[in-house]
Amino acid sequence: MAQATFEEISASDFFYRNRDIAGFTNPSRAVFAAIRELVENSLDAAESLKIPPEIYVRLSFEGEVGKDTQIYKLRVGDNGSGIQPRFIPSAFGQILYGSKYKLKQMRGTFGLGGKMAVLYGQIMTHQPAKVTSSTGSTKIYSFKLMIDIQRNRPIILDRKVLVNKEQWRGTIVEFTLEGDYLRAKSKILEYFKQTAMVNPYANLTFVDPKGRLYKFTRVTTAMPDPPKETEPHPFGVDVELLQRLIQVTPYRNMLEFLKQHFHRVGDITAQKFLEFSHLSPSKNPKRLSHEEVVRLMQNLKKFKDFLPPDASCLSPLGEELLKAGILKELKPEYLVVNQRKPSTYAGHPFIIEMGIAYGGEIPKKGNFLIYRFANKIPLLYDEASDVSFRVINSLNWRRYKVSPDMPIAIVVHICSTKVPYKTVGKEFIADRPEVRREVANALREIGRQLHRFLSKREHVDREKRRLSIFAKYLPKIAQFSSHLAGKEKLPDVKKLIKSVQKYGEET
Amino acid sequence: MVKKRKSSVAKKKSEIVGSLKSFGTKVYDQLYSGYFPSINMPSRSTENINYDPHLRQFILGDKSVRRSARNIRHVKPFTQLVWAARFSHELASQRKTSTLRDVYYSAQAYEMTFKDQQESNNIITDLETVLGFSREDFNIFPEERSAVFGDLTIEYTVPGYEGRKLNLTSHPDGVMIGPALTSSEFVSTTADKVIAIEKGGLFTRFIEENVHKKFNAVLVLTAGQAPRATRHFIRRLHKEMDLPVHIFTDGDPWGMHIAMVIISGSANAAHLRELNTPDAKWSGVWASDIINYKLPTDPLDEVDIKRLYELQRDPRYQENPLWQKEIKKFLRIKRKAEQEAFSRYGLTYIVDEYLPAKLEETK
Repeated sequence: MAQATFEEISASDFFYRNRDIAGFTNPSRAVFAAIRELVENSLDAAESLKIPPEIYVRLSFEGEVGKDTQIYKLRVGDNGSGIQPRFIPSAFGQILYGSKYKLKQMRGTFGLGGKMAVLYGQIMTHQPAKVTSSTGSTKIYSFKLMIDIQRNRPIILDRKVLVNKEQWRGTIVEFTLEGDYLRAKSKILEYFKQTAMVNPYANLTFVDPKGRLYKFTRVTTAMPDPPKETEPHPFGVDVELLQRLIQVTPYRNMLEFLKQHFHRVGDITAQKFLEFSHLSPSKNPKRLSHEEVVRLMQNLKKFKDFLPPDASCLSPLGEELLKAGILKELKPEYLVVNQRKPSTYAGHPFIIEMGIAYGGEIPKKGNFLIYRFANKIPLLYDEASDVSFRVINSLNWRRYKVSPDMPIAIVVHICSTKVPYKTVGKEFIADRPEVRREVANALREIGRQLHRFLSKREHVDREKRRLSIFAKYLPKIAQFSSHLAGKEKLPDVKKLIKSVQKYGEET
Repeated sequence: MVKKRKSSVAKKKSEIVGSLKSFGTKVYDQLYSGYFPSINMPSRSTENINYDPHLRQFILGDKSVRRSARNIRHVKPFTQLVWAARFSHELASQRKTSTLRDVYYSAQAYEMTFKDQQESNNIITDLETVLGFSREDFNIFPEERSAVFGDLTIEYTVPGYEGRKLNLTSHPDGVMIGPALTSSEFVSTTADKVIAIEKGGLFTRFIEENVHKKFNAVLVLTAGQAPRATRHFIRRLHKEMDLPVHIFTDGDPWGMHIAMVIISGSANAAHLRELNTPDAKWSGVWASDIINYKLPTDPLDEVDIKRLYELQRDPRYQENPLWQKEIKKFLRIKRKAEQEAFSRYGLTYIVDEYLPAKLEETK
């Protein structure tokens, strides 16, 4: 019988072996995933400084690999905050680099950012990635990097320092990867279109391998306040996070530990909680036994007097910007948006923003068009599993005089420090009661307003039809009766037509 | 003996043109004074249709409906009505004829599209109701299939034939009762009765057997249920030429009702007068005849029996005890017979034996 062997693998190794969960399933999915990871990093980088993003993406053909696979060079450049030179190698060459003890609303779905993309590119093409960045200082730093997969360490192949004459700020990432652009094309374009919808202040430029230029131009320079970092709320912690906090904390007593590492925990709340869980305020957190940590976690969830999470750390789009984005990309005849008040699930604050667009350039599909967004990025897969899809389809639309064969698009945006994705694929939102309730309330609100619009329009249409009937027939009556009566002069019916031109129902 | 006519045709024509014009003037005047034109007309709904024992026909009651161009639901039919009047006026004054199907298509030339034939028929019926004349008077005719044969001289009034005379024995197939014949004046006749016959076969047999001579009769083929023009024609023969009318139909509820509509009119034409001939007689085939002449028969089916019960309740069938008696007899024997059944006794039996006996019986 063979002896089972165990070996330690690095994070890079792990993700390489399990690249499916990061979305690099096949060549077409990979090229899409690589673009979106880097674009989302770039958007975050610009937004953190509240600068309207300017993002340039170029995918160029490098050579054939097989029937369905080609080698492409991907270049993504932005005008974001830039990266300090000492962090560049780790930021792109080491998986899971970065602090995880604080929470912040971020786009990057996996926190892997471009690392996974770079890793994937390296594995498939054995080419180094080139990262150029400046924080706007006098120097531009340019690195050629590879990842030592077994050791999860960056390998710096080349490092250049250039003079930043024009005070350029931003980051440019360039690497080669295998992919299937032809298959991925429609998803990629849809991704840009939808990204432009929830980022109406961004300029997005995409040049595809055929040299075609796709440009999504901003309609505003107004931007939402950037998201702020926040400590985890006591309801939302698990044993793992507690233990990591205990490891790194500089505080030597429980009172300070609670006050400093948790969201909305002040002196009084911390004291009350310690009393509740029979812990001494002066106890050193590092001395907690494993059982005590587990009990602490359970008590954190049980204790009723924690203040609810504060949503001020979130960065929703806001009704004005959502409106601008939808108008720009969908060009509807009518649009109404609604932003719900912040709510929370499991200790995480979230905000639902929703829009419903009618007519104009929106096609009739026999079904509502649903656009889903989480933290300002589009979700393009697994629509039918999403909570908002279910809420939308279970609503009694007849009450709102709406039917699925109308040209209607519904836009749902959820922003949160932790988006409640259902699966590791992170393509749809889980059906949590708190989220479902907010989605349903937002939907009902915009449904009511759409109903008002439709009713009013129907009324106007009916009135128009009514008038057109009189306008069509009265002159004929005049003509026929004049002929019968043998009169030359037609009676004037304009006044009569005008007299029915008022509101009011016929009896 | 030659009878002279009491003319009606020319007078009626001018009445019709006049009433169309006055209808148009009424609408014109209302519009001219700045009002939405409207008209009142008797309601044709079933609850407003009553049987009048004096007139011996159905008439419309007192209920009336108002159709106004102010009402969004009325403005289209109102326009159609005025158009129909204008169209009829043109037909009448240019002495042209037309059919209901023509009306349906002609409207399209005026962007007055009718939804279907039924809608345009209804409008023509409205016009009949408003003016009290039947559509044949406005020169709108149905498809013709009935005919007349006998010593009756008529004078045409249709364009191109004005003043031309015709004796209705001149064609051995009979002469079609079409627009030209309907609008002709009756000049003279030697006949002293009218015999109306339901079926074409028997009509031809009667002509071959010289029934018109032997019995001194004008023969009319109703070809099933008599068209309104034919009913009016029979009435004129009766009124203008003082001819008694005898009707021969199949011996079943349907034949019976063909006779009844000639005598007392139909509910559908309750808004019209002068289509019926109250003094006409149903001379056969009766249920009694089936028994007395031992005619070959068929059994009554369910529909026949249902129809008999309907007729039993119908006010028109209360007039004369003959009807109720015969209905009961049909229901008892549960048999029916066609006119052709007499052929069992030889082709001329019906003319030699049956006809003289029945004419005598229903004199």
